[in-house]
Amino acid sequence: MIPERWLNLGVLTLLAAVPLVASLAGQPFTVTLATKIAIFALAATGLNIALGLGGLVSFGHAAFFGVGGYACGILASHARNYEPLSTWPWDIEGTTQMLTIWPIAVLLGGLAALVIGALSLRTSGIFFIMITLAFAQMLYYFAISWPTYGGEDGLPFYLRGDFPGLNTMDPIQFFGICFALLLAALFTFHRLHRARFGLSLEAARQNPERLRSLGIRPFHVRLLAFVISGMITALAGALYADLNRFVSPAMLSWHLSGELIVLIVLGGVGRLCGPVVGAAAYFLLEHWAGAASEYWQFWFGLLLLGVVLFARGGIVGALAKDHTHD
Amino acid sequence: MTEPILTTRSLRKSFGALAATDDVSLDLRPGEIHALIGPNGAGKSTLIKQIAGEIAPDSGTIHFAGQDITTKHAAARARLGMARTYQISSVAPDFTVLQNVVLSLVARHHGAFGLFRNVLKDRRLTDAAREHIARAGLSGRERQRATDLSHGERRRLEIAMALAQSPKLFLLDEPMAGLGTEGASELTGLLDGLRQQAPILLVEHDMDAVFALADRISVLVYGRVIATGTVAEIRANAEVRTAYLGEDA
Repeated sequence: MIPERWLNLGVLTLLAAVPLVASLAGQPFTVTLATKIAIFALAATGLNIALGLGGLVSFGHAAFFGVGGYACGILASHARNYEPLSTWPWDIEGTTQMLTIWPIAVLLGGLAALVIGALSLRTSGIFFIMITLAFAQMLYYFAISWPTYGGEDGLPFYLRGDFPGLNTMDPIQFFGICFALLLAALFTFHRLHRARFGLSLEAARQNPERLRSLGIRPFHVRLLAFVISGMITALAGALYADLNRFVSPAMLSWHLSGELIVLIVLGGVGRLCGPVVGAAAYFLLEHWAGAASEYWQFWFGLLLLGVVLFARGGIVGALAKDHTHD
Repeated sequence: MTEPILTTRSLRKSFGALAATDDVSLDLRPGEIHALIGPNGAGKSTLIKQIAGEIAPDSGTIHFAGQDITTKHAAARARLGMARTYQISSVAPDFTVLQNVVLSLVARHHGAFGLFRNVLKDRRLTDAAREHIARAGLSGRERQRATDLSHGERRRLEIAMALAQSPKLFLLDEPMAGLGTEGASELTGLLDGLRQQAPILLVEHDMDAVFALADRISVLVYGRVIATGTVAEIRANAEVRTAYLGEDA
């Protein structure tokens, strides 16, 4: 067992160092793989606030991932085609500036989470899982049937957004952006966890009746957690759209919601770097085992089963002592 | 006479044909311990739940600290200064003793919406929490997880959490339940000192504790208050003796 802090430091250093070396060695594919890991770790860190701290098993976080992705894709495609998004009552132009796209994606993700959360959080347990799934599926089918932005075929937009002073088409520079945002999200998670809000959120998970009789309504705490969670996942969605220069309804599908849960369960529920470790393990396995066998997901399923049965704290829990209570 | 802290007027609550609370009017004055006794199924817990705001009465009113709280939800009542403990200890099991008490302080005085500062590094909070823990007799156990505490320690933790709320009223639902003779007498001593801070509405089956602590006693049978009075009056009351104390009058 090693202290969790060291494990986190090691994991993040590795995630930063490997693409740097790969980039110097002229291996852009490895950089792209690391970027994908960073983006999914970011999305899962968002979910980890709701699921890990709040115990809210959202099976609909693809909704926020997709909202972020489509926000990015729609703004970018309008900017590239020089078509305003709307001309009445206001002129709204598309944009390729990441610094404009991100706040819009985050805001829309938060808004979606506010609406979905306000309705879903009145239920709990299996009903919460199903209703979040239902909302995400609604958005999924809406995206499929909306021809303006590609419908089922998705929406390509050829170039990544612009970031002042950086060339975002250079894989390592784009990785740097994603990694920096991942660090910011992890810092946010850490601060929230230790603050009054995290204490209340974890109490709402463990014993909501008690929290209520102490004077805090669990619903309010959970709703804010859900909104922050959706915002972070939406930001990851915007980055993922930029990575692929393409958005499609697949970003909204329930597979993606499930994948995000799997990343957290694999890495360690409620652990700071659980999503990072989970994403790294998942995509590395996909890369290596996927090359060896078409049926790699079968072996991955076995691994996941093992983790759930024998290592409830996920990979982080198996390697590091839990000292959230120190 | 001073104004009561808590007053219920004609509270009624039925579950189907069963009248769990039947025209209950009682009050709690500053500085007193008012014990609520009665046989199993008399509706003591149902009454406590209505006072705490966990279930709504069918009719009647509840006044607390000078205002009508009949329609206020449980969290609002807690913020007005109502501290409650449960018949079966109810704490956050994965939290340490210190975290549980800090949670209680936060809920009462600050609210949940602090997003940035590390709550366990806030000396004002942890120092205050340690004082309440010490008063409840749990010093040295601050970093123990609540789930690892013994039954008696968990009862004390609940008292510490109630103290941290700096309440205007304690609602204690069978605090002695499951404690041995020694534990019960220790807790009796602790509760005895508490009435100076805020009055206590005490539901309890342990008659030694009730007779030692209570300034007044109300006897609840089939949802009705059949008698209210001092310890001596209740002991002497023939109806109470038949209905509850199990003696032939």
